[in-house]
Amino acid sequence: MTLTDALDVLGLVFLLLGALLCLAAAIGLLRFPDLLTRMHAGTKPQVLGLLLVLVGVGLRSRSGLDVGMLLLIGVFQLLTIPAGSHMVGRAGFRTGQVAPTDIHPGRRDDPA
Amino acid sequence: MTLDLLEVVLTWLVGGLLAASAALTLVRITIGPSVLDRVIATDVLVSIVVCALGAYAALTDAWTTLPLLISLSLVGFLGSVAVARFVARDRDAPAPDPVPDRLEEES
Repeated sequence: MTLTDALDVLGLVFLLLGALLCLAAAIGLLRFPDLLTRMHAGTKPQVLGLLLVLVGVGLRSRSGLDVGMLLLIGVFQLLTIPAGSHMVGRAGFRTGQVAPTDIHPGRRDDPA
Repeated sequence: MTLDLLEVVLTWLVGGLLAASAALTLVRITIGPSVLDRVIATDVLVSIVVCALGAYAALTDAWTTLPLLISLSLVGFLGSVAVARFVARDRDAPAPDPVPDRLEEES
């Protein structure tokens, strides 16, 4: 087994880890009861799963241009995903799908 | 020889896992009780598609797929932002009682 074969297999293992995180997110989306818990499950492939897949692609590609593009993909994903998730969470709070006691535990005694 | 077999097995495993997760996410998009649940599931589906395209590029040496991934990671969040802006009201608190406007005060 040469070095390139080892890198190819290692890249495949990273791809498999990313696919496992995608599956975990899908099961969490299906099983969790609440909007915030579904958001919590859904961020797994959006950040960690995608980064693992990109590392796997980079390990199999091993060319400078492709690795640069993979870095760009990761940076753009890390920049845009929190903005969208923030908007979705705020919309959930404003439409009353998130109880205030869910995110402010001190308010639990407050009848309002 | 065993290396080729390992690669084939891992390739089918990655493809099967991604297909199963996309199918489960589609179930959530279909039955999601609110619009925001569907939006979250759609975001997850976009990232699953990005993962699948990356895996396709890595497994078949189709490196011309990577600019597509850049564009998807740039504009993939715009749909959820638009739907969230459409769904939500403008204020956190419930709307206060309407203030009587100037014409009613004068009359």
